[in-house]
Amino acid sequence: MSSKIVVTGVGATTPLGGDVQSTWRALLAGESGITTIDKEWVAQYELPVTFAGQAKVPASEVLTPQEAKRLDPSSQFALIAAREAWADAGSPEVAPERLAVEYATGIGGVWTLLDAFETLKERGPRRVLPMTIPMLMPNGPAAAIGMDIAARGGVRTAVSACASSTEAIANAITRLQSGEIDVVVAGGCESGIHPLPLAAFAAMHALSRNNDNPAAASRPYDTARDGFVMGEGAGAMVLETEEHALARGAKIYAELVGGSVTSDAHHITAPDPEGTGAARAVLAALEQAGAKIEDVVHINAHATSTPVGDIAEYTALRRVFGDHLDKIAVSATKSSTGHLLGGAGAIEAIFTVLALHERTAPPTINLDNQDPAIPLDVVVSPRKLPDGPILAISNSFGFGGHNAVVAFRSYN
Amino acid sequence: MALSQSEVLAGLAEIVNEETGIATEAVQLDKSFTDDLDIDSISMMTIVVNAEDKFGVKIPDEEVKNLITVGDAVNFITAAQG
Repeated sequence: MSSKIVVTGVGATTPLGGDVQSTWRALLAGESGITTIDKEWVAQYELPVTFAGQAKVPASEVLTPQEAKRLDPSSQFALIAAREAWADAGSPEVAPERLAVEYATGIGGVWTLLDAFETLKERGPRRVLPMTIPMLMPNGPAAAIGMDIAARGGVRTAVSACASSTEAIANAITRLQSGEIDVVVAGGCESGIHPLPLAAFAAMHALSRNNDNPAAASRPYDTARDGFVMGEGAGAMVLETEEHALARGAKIYAELVGGSVTSDAHHITAPDPEGTGAARAVLAALEQAGAKIEDVVHINAHATSTPVGDIAEYTALRRVFGDHLDKIAVSATKSSTGHLLGGAGAIEAIFTVLALHERTAPPTINLDNQDPAIPLDVVVSPRKLPDGPILAISNSFGFGGHNAVVAFRSYN
Repeated sequence: MALSQSEVLAGLAEIVNEETGIATEAVQLDKSFTDDLDIDSISMMTIVVNAEDKFGVKIPDEEVKNLITVGDAVNFITAAQG
């Protein structure tokens, strides 16, 4: 069977806010969530990068100490986002066997893993917490959500670096269209603002080093862009078949009409400069949607603010859309949030859904001098989107040559 | 100087509270860790290790399965302080 799939709930905790509404308002206001990291380990390890997009509301202010104790910070963010999405959807009544989770992370429980190794070295094996393994495993966030909402229809974790959570949302489509599942909680999370990932990403010269002006560091498409900015947090959305949503009278934000995953097999970290794989992912998502390229009015771009990546994505988009690209409102929201890695696709899918629902594309900040090699129509202040049925896509690409694209249509 | 039984109970109750959120008043000598307090084996191991640190005793792994009630644990720790 093939059924329409709709978005009925959204949840997030991000560098801009502790929930979707505060995040969205801050995004529309052109705020930056990027700040200096006020931790002693920054100086201790002489980190070359001293700032990040840190969660606006610490998880410890939301969860009980006992909940937090058994969850890696990535799972803590995941649970907060999923609970908001679930409540926003009206806590759907659904048979547990027909409820599934597709929830991603890019790295997994890096804090738990490395803290446990410190404990082992300093205090011996008996002091290593017995919860260490379930806390560090990359399926930990998905499992935590699954237990919280009693999902027994399958709990899965896509791991494809920065494409992870877009892939998770795409994976939800096949589950819902199988007829076996009515509702899926999908999304992704990350908590990688730890000295090791910061040092390692810096070692590959992937991070911006604009330590003196963190709020201006994430500047996709700007000539002065010099790398991405690490972010942390999570996003989650409740996806369900249209029949199920209508039967329970749920509010519907948008329709999820396509999701596609391709791979470059080109280089482990560098994007294919021709953008071939990324273009195939966009086209496949549109084909699944039964849409024409002219239907697309808005793109939430991957646009991490790296010199090479932003151009490669532009090349892919031009390949797909040709001249129509000049009519598409492109938003690069990592300029405000930083790059949430395995959580990036989830929050950007939410931004895309809200853009359709509110007919407003969010702004891209820090675009002072647009790179002439990237002639996109970049949204720099909130922009009204057209009336009538409209379509938008959200792109995510990850180390490993992963390309993932999801497409949403306005719902009336 | 060795702690009294009631001091050990109070200290253990704090450890249990910190790990599980169970109120310290609920941690009584006659309560079973699993049946009454609903503490799972993973929390139990953390409580044991924290108790070793707090009271300066060693609780061998093979002894943990004998610690059915809070009283069992308090008695073991009190004796082990020796």
